[in-house]
Amino acid sequence: MPQGEGETVRLRPPRNTLNERAVGWWRAQWLLMTAVPVVPLAVLGALIEPARFWLLLPAAVLAAAGTATAVLFPLWWFRTHRWEVTEDAVYVLTGFFWQEWRIAPMSRIQTVDTVRGPLEQLFRLATVTVTTASAKGAVRIEGLDHEVAADLAERLTRITRDTPGDAT
Amino acid sequence: MSTVAPPADWRRLDPRTVLVTALVVAGVVAGAAVPLTLGLTRWFSLPVAVLQVLAGAVLVIGVAAGADRVRWHRTRYRIGQEHVDLHTGLLLVKRRSLARDRVRTVDLTANPMLRLLGLVTVRIGTGEQGSESTLELDPVTRAEGERLRRLLLDRAATTPAGGVHHEGELAVLDPRWIRYAPVSFVAPMLGGAAAGAVMQVSEWVGAQGQVIEWVGDRFRETPLLWTIIALVLAALVAGVVGALGLWIEMWWNYRLEREPGGTLRVRRGLFTSRSISVEEARLRGVDLVEPLGVRLLGAARLDAITTGLAKDHEARNADHNTLLPAAPRTRADTVAADVLREADTPTGATLTPHPRAARGRRLRWSLAAVLGPVLILTLLGALLTPVLLWIALGCAVAAVPVAVMLALDAYRALGHALSGRYLVTRSGTLRRSTAALERAGVIGWTVKQSVFQRRAGLLSVTATTAAGGGAYTAYDTDASEGLTFAAEAVPGLLEPFLERSPRGA
Repeated sequence: MPQGEGETVRLRPPRNTLNERAVGWWRAQWLLMTAVPVVPLAVLGALIEPARFWLLLPAAVLAAAGTATAVLFPLWWFRTHRWEVTEDAVYVLTGFFWQEWRIAPMSRIQTVDTVRGPLEQLFRLATVTVTTASAKGAVRIEGLDHEVAADLAERLTRITRDTPGDAT
Repeated sequence: MSTVAPPADWRRLDPRTVLVTALVVAGVVAGAAVPLTLGLTRWFSLPVAVLQVLAGAVLVIGVAAGADRVRWHRTRYRIGQEHVDLHTGLLLVKRRSLARDRVRTVDLTANPMLRLLGLVTVRIGTGEQGSESTLELDPVTRAEGERLRRLLLDRAATTPAGGVHHEGELAVLDPRWIRYAPVSFVAPMLGGAAAGAVMQVSEWVGAQGQVIEWVGDRFRETPLLWTIIALVLAALVAGVVGALGLWIEMWWNYRLEREPGGTLRVRRGLFTSRSISVEEARLRGVDLVEPLGVRLLGAARLDAITTGLAKDHEARNADHNTLLPAAPRTRADTVAADVLREADTPTGATLTPHPRAARGRRLRWSLAAVLGPVLILTLLGALLTPVLLWIALGCAVAAVPVAVMLALDAYRALGHALSGRYLVTRSGTLRRSTAALERAGVIGWTVKQSVFQRRAGLLSVTATTAAGGGAYTAYDTDASEGLTFAAEAVPGLLEPFLERSPRGA
């Protein structure tokens, strides 16, 4: 027991960071999300003379907030998202305010999916999702270089295929 | 499809299904016939109306029975060496096939009508999500149902070896357990439902106003407070009666057995009899569930944590994974030990309590939940009318002690331990759950820590599993101790990712 030995035990961060392009990808996502309310507001503001101030003001506030988030936060997210695949397990850390470490052993992995959304393709990134037999045990690694992701998926698939058992 | 008899290994459902369908439809038609006849007498004389309704009834029953006859004719099943096949369908022929080694459950259900005729409905499931993984044979004779159950579940090779071994009966119903039925959460819900049903039915017949008036008349002389108390009491009594009735229907003839071949079997039901089988090779542990009322009477319910139980809608409603209804705690512990083939139940293990900081978190949550609405009331009271201030005061006085007690109880519930082959986590106050999960059944870990938990040196450790709820969590453990617990529970999995440093460094 750690108390008896006077030790503190911590989870060490996984070894790998995501691809640097993930920062750009997150920024693009945020800017798009910001554009969804801002653009209609701005267009309406340009067209409707009497309500111009009350339409352009929220548009400006939202645009400023969205842009600031898009510039600053991804740098921070980049440092808080880490992953690692060893011979025995997949290990992922996400979040800062709500940190979450997920560990899935190789022997229990059931499926390995690689998904590349349109934005991810633009940044040559991919998301690898590793599922186990548990409804709540899926592990997602977002923002990997697409070649790294393809190699990883292939490696995981090979290892899980060679592991006997039905993974439950 | 040809009309020749199917080859020998193909079987048909019981032909009496046509009779069952006709009788069921006749029952429904009879229910609808009386108001319809009364309605028709506005335009026709009584004999004419009766004749019309009778003709309609015969037509409806005939069509339903005919359709079922066709379904019977086109349905056949086969238990092959490798597969279970079912061909069915009224208009299109559906052919479905399950690999026999993937069959996890064979459940028999019989409603009163089927029981009278000695028939059962058999559901053969692989335990995967969705209805496509379940074959339903509706109906076959009881003997054929039993034969299918034995045939499909008897796999000598899968019998778990070793441990304390009890074959045969593990538990039977003790009628005294009925005393736990009224304290469950079902009772107030049924009471509310009864009151709602009275209102709804009276609205259908257009007499809702009269009902309210009648109730008002009864209480004309009594003050409002007494009226409310009397009405609530009436609803509660209705709820208790309903809960007792439901319990009798659900649990009469309850019996938990271990069968040769490594299968646990639950049989129960007064009118509708059910037989639920759990393959022991699929059992990953047990969950000792103590809802608040039941816990205050010193009782507990036992659920199975198992992979591959049917998860479809119907099964979820039917308490599919309950091994033992609410029974005295010592009895539940004995049954848990028997089910798991252990000398002592892991759910009775001494648990490591969680740090004091977890208590503070629970107190803050429950006080925030109570004081939030009170604060809003106070604010509105200050702005609008002082009456609200008094209400706010009353709410605070009544709710704060309850909130504090629940928070302290929730803290006392927290605990985790390793006990032999099992890891045990306990949490919850309204529904305290002590889950004993087989360590070999853990298929991953999720560790969560919020900013607040980090400051308090706590974290939540979740073991994910293919069985039961999919995840069992030890909430707010000491950060170091929780990680050590997880690392020891499944040797080798978490260890490579841990950093150890001397305390205070």
